[in-house]
Amino acid sequence: MAILEIRNVTRRFGELNAVDDVSLAIEAGEFFTLLGPSGCGKTTLLRMIAGFDEPDEGALFLDGQPLAGIPPERRPVHTVFQSYALFPHMTVAENVAFPLQMVRLADDEIRRRLRETLDLVHLADKAGQYPHELSGGQKQRVALARGLINRPRLLLLDEPLGALDAKLREQMERELIALQREVGITFVFVTHSQQEALALSHRIAVMNAGRVEQVDVPERLYGFPKNRFVADFIGTINLIEVAVAAADAHHLRLTAPGLGDIFAPPLAGIRAGERGAFALRPEQVRVLSSKAAADLKNHFPGQVRDYLYLGDVTVYKVALENGAVLEALEANAAPGCAKFHEIGDVVDVGWRHDAGLYLPG
Amino acid sequence: MMPGSTSRAESRSHADRATKWAVSLPPSLFLIAFFLLPSLLMVAASFRHPGEFGGLAPLFLDGRLQLTLETYRFFAGDFIYAEIFLRSFVVAGLTTLLCLLLAYPLALLIARSPKRRRDLLVLLVILPFASNFLIRVYAWIMLLGPAGLLYTPFAVIVGMVYVHLPFMILPLYTNLEKHDPALLEAAQDLGAGAWTRFWRITLPLSLPGIWSGTALVFIPVLGMFAVPELLGGTRDILIGNLIKEQFLDNRDWPLGATLSILLTVAVLALAALAARAGRLRGKTS
Repeated sequence: MAILEIRNVTRRFGELNAVDDVSLAIEAGEFFTLLGPSGCGKTTLLRMIAGFDEPDEGALFLDGQPLAGIPPERRPVHTVFQSYALFPHMTVAENVAFPLQMVRLADDEIRRRLRETLDLVHLADKAGQYPHELSGGQKQRVALARGLINRPRLLLLDEPLGALDAKLREQMERELIALQREVGITFVFVTHSQQEALALSHRIAVMNAGRVEQVDVPERLYGFPKNRFVADFIGTINLIEVAVAAADAHHLRLTAPGLGDIFAPPLAGIRAGERGAFALRPEQVRVLSSKAAADLKNHFPGQVRDYLYLGDVTVYKVALENGAVLEALEANAAPGCAKFHEIGDVVDVGWRHDAGLYLPG
Repeated sequence: MMPGSTSRAESRSHADRATKWAVSLPPSLFLIAFFLLPSLLMVAASFRHPGEFGGLAPLFLDGRLQLTLETYRFFAGDFIYAEIFLRSFVVAGLTTLLCLLLAYPLALLIARSPKRRRDLLVLLVILPFASNFLIRVYAWIMLLGPAGLLYTPFAVIVGMVYVHLPFMILPLYTNLEKHDPALLEAAQDLGAGAWTRFWRITLPLSLPGIWSGTALVFIPVLGMFAVPELLGGTRDILIGNLIKEQFLDNRDWPLGATLSILLTVAVLALAALAARAGRLRGKTS
């Protein structure tokens, strides 16, 4: 049985359906992420799980029990807030011990659990300090410790990494993964960053305009997005408008106007004549000098428009003959080499017959 | 390091210091001229003899300095003064407590109402200042007289609370309005019910507001003479009345000066004690 079941939940604010008929089942021990752009309803959904908001329709069940009408303070669900919301007049130890005092645990038990939890987040030496004396990463860890110490059934995390700089964020991502594995508590994580979601989650629900577009493990979400929104939101992707020319068990033959035929992996239930988009990740596209591309099943002539040197990789933009612009990502294996092609170079772009994905509609 | 960067930094800090002086000089001069000097004059006056028809006796008489501890001896010798002091502190304490109890829920209510309505509510709090203080106190005579409560300690307390309530509400509101609502949500999320949220989060965070409100009410009440004079009976006089009497009625300036100095010292001692208690509590918790 799922630890949290969200069944046909709708939440309206005036005319707007902030959350629109969402159903999800989150399994015990999962690191589950709600991912979407701002205003997609992920935070509203999180607040309903925490108990700060109630659905207009549908219901939530924790361990099979309906949550309706139970106030936040009586739900075994704790939240790590975006701003951390540490109590400024309490020390680290007092902040972290707060949930245990709320359930009136014995003092020596509180001391034992406090020591254990502070060790878990490497803050044992900061117990006596006040929040304003801590760095961003330390505050983050205090908020985590405070959320975890009373072993909630669910820990909700509302964009907790948003305020950290890139380097620290990556370190905190690793710590979060390790921490969740160690404590085994179910995490429900909210973020607008697809990179964070991919790095952290067991499963991700991609939300858009109050609805869930797709729920899947990160690699399937990235490799097999269900529709244009998911494809576009997760990572970078090239979308080429196509019509299906032929479909069989081995491949799809797609026709891109002004370009020619594209061979794509087969997909069940696709019929010749329908229209859609061919989606291709930049790292699947090769940029080659003409002729060298001939071994690739799909190859088209183009011209380098511009490039962006990112250190480990260079991202090229190549204009094709029909005006479409493809993004291609080349690893910079050669040291000191910023680019293999100049702006204006006539090149071929190519990709394997089993690369890319046809998206209907 | 860039050549000349040190001297540039130095000249910058010189300029900063000059600005600081220029900004703080006028208010400093004002305070020295109209607070520090008069206070010292009062201290000096408390050691002098009263003049025959009020004022002060000459400082030099027959080539000798005329200083005395007479007024202090007088104060210590008559228990009535200590009693009036004590009564004044009780009245001030009681007024402060009642103001706090009345003002806190009101300030909380204003701080938690929608942003647009807050300004209007604050305006309503300070609206009584638009009419004269004495007129407002006279109004209480009309109200309390028919009820038979005029010229009682009760009337004094009512008047004191009424006059000083806004001075408690405003600092409390200013403090409460700044509280981050996320803290209350976090506390609730972590298992705290409404009362616990108040005692553990709102109240401790509002202590600075409580302290400023307390200072703004307690100290003026101690020196207030108009309210007890208008609303209180003959037995309800406070230090303020006593001091005023020495200067205006008894024409005993040295005693008046002594009483007002002792009052200042008592208030400062109390403030120091409160600050010390606050520091100690901060250390142990």
